[in-house]
Amino acid sequence: MPRYLLRRLFISVPVLFGISLVLFTILALAPGDPFEELATNPNVPAEVAQQLRQKFGLDDPVLVRYWRWVVSMLKGDWGYSFMSRVDVDTLILQRLPTSLWIIGMSQILGILIALPVGIYSAVRPYSVFDQIATTFAFIGFSLPTFFTGLIFILVFSIYFDWLPFIYRSDIAATGWRWAWEYLRQSIMPVAVLGLFQAASLTRFTRSAVLDVVQLDYVNTARAKGLSERVTIAKHVVRNALIPVVTLVALQIPNIFTGAVITEQIFRVPGIGSLLISAILSNDTPVVMAITFVYSGLVVIFNLVADLLYGWLDPRISYAGAR
Amino acid sequence: MDEREIRDLVDDVEAGRLTRRAFTQMMVALGLTAPMAAQMLAGAGVARAQTKPTFNPTKRGGGGQLRVLWWQSPTLLNPHFATGTKDQDGSRVFYEPLAAFDPDGNVVPVLAERVPSGENGDLAKDGTSVVWRLKKGVQWHDGKPFTADDVVFNWEYSADPATATVTIGSYKELQRVEKVDSHTVKVVFKKPNPFWYDAFCGNRGQLIPKHLFEAYKGGKSREAPNNVKPVGTGPYRFVDFKPGDIVRAEINPSYHVPNRPFFDQFEMKGGGDAVSAARAVLQTGEYDYAWNIQVEDEILKRLEQSGRGRVEIWPSGNPEHVQCNQTDPWKEVDGERSSVKVPHPILTEAAVRKALNVLVDRAAVQEQIYGRQGQTSANFLNAPPRYQSKNTTWEFNIDKANQILDQAGWKRGPDGIRAKDGKKLKFVFQTSINAPRQKTQAIVKQACAKAGIDLELKSVVASVFFSSDPANPDTYRHFYTDLQMYTTTMGAPDPQLFMEQFTSWRIASKENKWSGNNVTRFRNEEYDTLWRGAENEVDAAKRAAMFIRMNDIVIQNVVVIPVLWRNGVGAAAKALRGMDLSGWDSTLWHLAYWYKA
Repeated sequence: MPRYLLRRLFISVPVLFGISLVLFTILALAPGDPFEELATNPNVPAEVAQQLRQKFGLDDPVLVRYWRWVVSMLKGDWGYSFMSRVDVDTLILQRLPTSLWIIGMSQILGILIALPVGIYSAVRPYSVFDQIATTFAFIGFSLPTFFTGLIFILVFSIYFDWLPFIYRSDIAATGWRWAWEYLRQSIMPVAVLGLFQAASLTRFTRSAVLDVVQLDYVNTARAKGLSERVTIAKHVVRNALIPVVTLVALQIPNIFTGAVITEQIFRVPGIGSLLISAILSNDTPVVMAITFVYSGLVVIFNLVADLLYGWLDPRISYAGAR
Repeated sequence: MDEREIRDLVDDVEAGRLTRRAFTQMMVALGLTAPMAAQMLAGAGVARAQTKPTFNPTKRGGGGQLRVLWWQSPTLLNPHFATGTKDQDGSRVFYEPLAAFDPDGNVVPVLAERVPSGENGDLAKDGTSVVWRLKKGVQWHDGKPFTADDVVFNWEYSADPATATVTIGSYKELQRVEKVDSHTVKVVFKKPNPFWYDAFCGNRGQLIPKHLFEAYKGGKSREAPNNVKPVGTGPYRFVDFKPGDIVRAEINPSYHVPNRPFFDQFEMKGGGDAVSAARAVLQTGEYDYAWNIQVEDEILKRLEQSGRGRVEIWPSGNPEHVQCNQTDPWKEVDGERSSVKVPHPILTEAAVRKALNVLVDRAAVQEQIYGRQGQTSANFLNAPPRYQSKNTTWEFNIDKANQILDQAGWKRGPDGIRAKDGKKLKFVFQTSINAPRQKTQAIVKQACAKAGIDLELKSVVASVFFSSDPANPDTYRHFYTDLQMYTTTMGAPDPQLFMEQFTSWRIASKENKWSGNNVTRFRNEEYDTLWRGAENEVDAAKRAAMFIRMNDIVIQNVVVIPVLWRNGVGAAAKALRGMDLSGWDSTLWHLAYWYKA
């Protein structure tokens, strides 16, 4: 197992290099310029923009810039933002807690909905409950999050006036009021993301449980007189959830990227909205760092999923272990 | 009391010399009812009580929290590095200039004791120097006194090319800035300078403290910890800043204006989009003010119906205009198109440009697209009022266009498109992607089709169109099409820099990597001479006449076709007052005086 882990980690290094090279080239080729606002302003002399371009090395060839980026990255220096003249890692760390809170909560919400609904649907397939759950699941993953987000705002903020639709990272209150305000503003973004997650996860849980519930050993368990409850909980769900768990792990990078849109709609100051504003202002070092973090997440969670799979299912062994 | 006297009183109320209440009481004493008095004021256009500060608080603070929404959020809080309005605004919460610009473009003292002028002797008669007397007893937020040394330092800091400030344009041309005594500064110009209120005034004049930035002048400017932790003299002092998200501040208990500001805390939230920002103020009332809500007027009117806020409109100097390329965008010479070496084969013909000029239906664009957010105009230079030309007119007249083109020998072909000497009257018309602009393009295209001119419409993503990338042919400065449309911003109440965009030495070309801002490639000797003359003309009246003449040259030659004179647009909560929004300065220039009724 440790050898397998080492080997996998070793393989991910060239993968990450490849990803970073592709990202960097695409960003360098993309149109736009971080100093365009200066260029359109007649009060700023053109030399200033030129000088800044030089200072930030924007006029050098792509490969030179890439090499410079790799070297400083290896030294742990993420570069700094053209726009705010602040180190990129500070910017990202500032926003990471908010992103983790929203994404974590929505993932928990998604699982809390998906597991019971999926299992119940599978135990009683084609019942009225299953039909309704299926319908909602399909609606859920057909609707994009930006659409459900706007609907939520219209209904809960504007029509009922219950919830705020602007997320604030600094709430001027303490104690319980702070907690309540914090929770209140998180409801909509978490619900939008969580329900979207729940939709696909429900379908997946249902089919996984359905596969297992028809197996002979389940019938045997029932035949030996176990209660339905114990049969399902102990024998069906435990086996059925193996693929579900790996799916959840694999989906985590997806949620991070999916949250970009939700964060933008609700003005959640997470790394997703940082990415959007960095893209809009052509702040290449920030865009590069965040996309790189995202690709790092994909690589890591793939590994986590593989490890989890082996841990949950003893039938699987790692080739590297032999 | 006769009609004239009453009218004078109404004027007094309008100018803020008389309170609404006093006026109403007077009218009631005359036997009129109070609602009638209010009606009289409404008829005179002073319906809104917030036009002038009638609010005279007796103590500082007590107003709770002021929450404003900037859909582009500040990314740094050093005014000398402010890359856009958002950063200038974010800095303005904490930093102040010596003087600010009110809605009429007047210079209003902030950290200065008084405005220099010829009469008080602070402004040299020959225009080569100006003396600023600083307000005494002003403190930085950390308790250190604000003195002449700080002012001198700001000049040194910004004018140093190694610091790479964006304000350098305002400071590098100063001969020297010298300290006369602890609260007097003398600014000496290289040549007579009528625009002496550029340096140390308005957005580019925000002053940073010497004692905190001294060590970070030049190449190390980026490392200054106070770039994101401002220590200024402003009405609110720093609490917290997250780039691209939020700026928080609290009341400055030792602010230099007595009994101001009104609010105890200040919060500027960033991000999102203009429509939802307008919504958060006008419809749900979550925020008190939303910046720059350039949203279609229809939508704003609908949001306003909720009754929680109102839309604020104020004039700026920014013209949305169509530019006629003076050079041939389709022929490549020495590696560039639109080169001054090749004049435009068709657009250099005056008749064609004149025809185009009457084919832009400015009234339709204003009414149907921009609504309250713009005014029709015949001029490129519209404001401040003393620079506005009265010699120009505009009209929309398809028949006239047809007539002009017929006379010039442009015959309609079988496809309805005019042609002469084998050249077809066909143009490519580009602009940035933005719904109002695409609609305007369509309106112009329709009218042109009726006059036998074929327009091919092109739209470029804004981030490309407005970029300064020398390698991208689709930027507005490359101008590789016949016509294009956008808004130029006029950042100061003085037209000197703004009008430089038609001078021959500013022509955008390959040589200067398209950094020149004469995008139309217009060349005119009279214009050049006028501009150079205005640069050092100290007689204000003569100088104004020069700018009016410059505007007229551009308009009469149809180098540009003004479409709309745009207004500033913001959304404010119903109770919010005292903003006195100005098109010449930051939205927050008057922040110390904002209050809630």
